[in-house]
Amino acid sequence: MEQLLLQLMNGLAVGGIYALIALGYTMVYGVLKLINFAHGDLFTYGGYLGLTLLTSFALQGRLGALGAIAVLTVMVMGLVGLMGVVLERAAYRPLRESPRLSAVVSALGGSIFLQNMLMLVYGARFQVYPEGLLPQTTIGLFGIQVPLVRILVVLASVVMMTALYLFVQKTKIGTAVRAAAIDQGAARLMGIDVNKVVSLVFLVGPALGGAAGLLVGLYYGQVNFTMGWTYGMKAFTAAILGGIGNIPGAMLGGFLLGVIEALGAAYLSVAWKDAIAFGVLILILIVRPTGLLGERVAEKV
Amino acid sequence: MKPRLLLGLVAALAVLAAAPLALDAYWIDVLNSVGLYALLALSLNVILGDAGLFNMGHAAFYAVGAYTTAILSTRLNLPVLWTLPLAGLAAALFAALVARPVIHLRGDYLLIVTIGMGEIVRIALVNDVFGLTGGANGIFGIPRPVLFGHRIRTPAEFYYLIWAFVLVTIFLFHRLERSRFGRALTYLREDPVAAEGSGVDTVSYKLAAFVLGAAWAGMAGTLFAAKMTIISPESFSFWESVVVFLMVILGGAGSIPGVILGAVLVVALPEAFRGFANARMLVFGLVMMVMMVFRTQGLWPLRRPRFRERDLPPARATEALSETAAGGVEAAR
Repeated sequence: MEQLLLQLMNGLAVGGIYALIALGYTMVYGVLKLINFAHGDLFTYGGYLGLTLLTSFALQGRLGALGAIAVLTVMVMGLVGLMGVVLERAAYRPLRESPRLSAVVSALGGSIFLQNMLMLVYGARFQVYPEGLLPQTTIGLFGIQVPLVRILVVLASVVMMTALYLFVQKTKIGTAVRAAAIDQGAARLMGIDVNKVVSLVFLVGPALGGAAGLLVGLYYGQVNFTMGWTYGMKAFTAAILGGIGNIPGAMLGGFLLGVIEALGAAYLSVAWKDAIAFGVLILILIVRPTGLLGERVAEKV
Repeated sequence: MKPRLLLGLVAALAVLAAAPLALDAYWIDVLNSVGLYALLALSLNVILGDAGLFNMGHAAFYAVGAYTTAILSTRLNLPVLWTLPLAGLAAALFAALVARPVIHLRGDYLLIVTIGMGEIVRIALVNDVFGLTGGANGIFGIPRPVLFGHRIRTPAEFYYLIWAFVLVTIFLFHRLERSRFGRALTYLREDPVAAEGSGVDTVSYKLAAFVLGAAWAGMAGTLFAAKMTIISPESFSFWESVVVFLMVILGGAGSIPGVILGAVLVVALPEAFRGFANARMLVFGLVMMVMMVFRTQGLWPLRRPRFRERDLPPARATEALSETAAGGVEAAR
């Protein structure tokens, strides 16, 4: 029982990270019907940029741990969001009217490019975050000791997701995003600048992904230039699981996948952990391609 | 066949046959790699270029073929070249099994599923599935192939074996392209709804293309295993699938000469610029983006037969008119 609770908490923490990344996939897919393969790598940039900013400005010494993390989060989100906008301009916008394969290949190219750029700049070895940034305390929860970091990761992801949800549901700009996702042509006729909406989506999605990268760095204490590929694929699985194009779906899918994976690794096999996520992905695409919450009628999937 | 084309083909064959005489062992080995990748790219071309199915797990079929050969030749002592059809068969069966439930998925979803399939295969190999694959270390001691009593050992000998197989493949796939099957695939890729409407059984044709491409990748796996004598899961990573995918897209999907050009460029060019070995994948990524924006159809695209106005029989409007007029007169009488 204790083991189960521990694994559940572990799954929720990883799931929160998956969910944050999945939001980027699902928003881009919702508006452009494009799988942004480079999204996972933007997430990695979040982890690396966080580390570089932290050490080069000596933020921790100047602002203390919490202040440093707050400033860092804002900076990383801004920078990675900007990268997303530039990527869309350079690699996706010229292909808006092209056949699907072109955009997919371009996205993959973007992913490979970004990943190898990171390797050339930082080297192929993993990078380690400075220690003692977050308190190593644990707190008692339902009779088990949970590291505080784990709870903070879950909280941070929930806060960011709620903010995004409210933004998309309650504000005027959010309404424009939803309108563009439903029907671009009609949205244009209603006076919505679809290009601006797309840019916005490519700002917000990667910003959240970058924040997730920073969280991974803080949570595990290290980042690796290839981690975007695994996390990206799993987050994409989460987006599909919840119903792609659907924001609450991505959150649900992320947490669900995190828990499934943690339990699978604990009770089935650690060696097959990565295969579990891919298995879930294939299964969901065969059985229910619209995902759990995908109420939108899927075009010929 | 036009005389110029024939002359070009003969010249190309002569260069191909003479190449090992002029090159050192290192460059012959590079050409062997080009040949193996050309085989892989040609087999993926049937799936991706001809049928338009986004398969990014091609390394999985390559792996199934290579491991079939490795297991059969080390455990059952079967001669390596005998395992060639068996490796093809194993890869084909595997492809049929995994593709059947997902073949109807739309483009990018199929891409994701095939990536997942490829990763699951790789993880299965690392985890020593069925106790046969040797885990992360792989299988070693694969015997050399024997052809007509001659043991094939040196790079030059492998060169002739691999490129002979490439030539046979080019011939067969060229014939396939012109066949009823190939035309059906083209139709299917260009407009699946119209194809289905005119009685092309889209699911069977897609599946057939997938299985055929996989079988060929499996046989390429046999040659790879025979050449390396050691195989491990590392050789069949996701990047292998990406590189083969890139060859097809870069050269020109659906075009046999284009795909071979793609294989040559992707394998041989980085060898020529060894100093930038680290930047290889960076350049690939950049090329993929730039190509898609500026030259979507690839470097050497397929030239499709086009409908030209001057091929029409000259119009005979006046005759037809006079005929009906005459008919009218007849009727009036």
